[in-house]
Amino acid sequence: MNFDKELDARGLNCPLPIIKTKKALVDMTSDQVLRVLSTDCGSVKDMAAFAEQTGNTLMGQEEANGEYVFYMKKK
Amino acid sequence: MTTKKMAIIATKGTLDMAYPPFILASTAAALGYEVEIFFTFYGLQLLRKDLSDVMISPLANPAMPMPVPMPVMVQMLPGMESMATMMMKQKLKKHGVASLEELRDLCLEADVKFIACQMTVDLFEFDKSEFIENVEYGGATSFFGFAGETDICLFV
Repeated sequence: MNFDKELDARGLNCPLPIIKTKKALVDMTSDQVLRVLSTDCGSVKDMAAFAEQTGNTLMGQEEANGEYVFYMKKK
Repeated sequence: MTTKKMAIIATKGTLDMAYPPFILASTAAALGYEVEIFFTFYGLQLLRKDLSDVMISPLANPAMPMPVPMPVMVQMLPGMESMATMMMKQKLKKHGVASLEELRDLCLEADVKFIACQMTVDLFEFDKSEFIENVEYGGATSFFGFAGETDICLFV
């Protein structure tokens, strides 16, 4: 999947991946896609909840070897 | 869409109980909430510039996971509090949990409003110069001015 910006939140725990995602989105324009890397398994549910509550779109997610990748499209 | 609001009353000044207000406030702010924290009684310790005195005690904290079972008689020995605090901080760091200072800064960066209870400041004769600068001082009435209009209101 194409993306415009990447955030490495690996090694960080709740609530840092979400807060850093929010901060990264601030500098982006509408419809741009942020790729977030995380090792926090709680972020699977939290990223979906973040998207739902903020109106951004979680376009997809992958998991491999305990690492999670999220694609968040800015509203 | 109107902005959602959350108010928190922070009453505890120990390391474990300092986390919930700052975690919830910074997360709510990231979700677009307008947030205010009212710090009262021991919660005021969380507004000090220097947070190194914020500690955790295994004593009277029976649910705290310990590496080895520790009788109360041992927990009350001098130095146990510092040791527990050091171990807890190491654990937090190891698991990528932010420090209190970092979470507090994230709150301020996200415009979370900090209100300190003036009555507590008077009661414990706290020196305001020891507190961070982004604090307003008020009483219960000023808390209700905001809390009355919130969607979420928590007492920690």
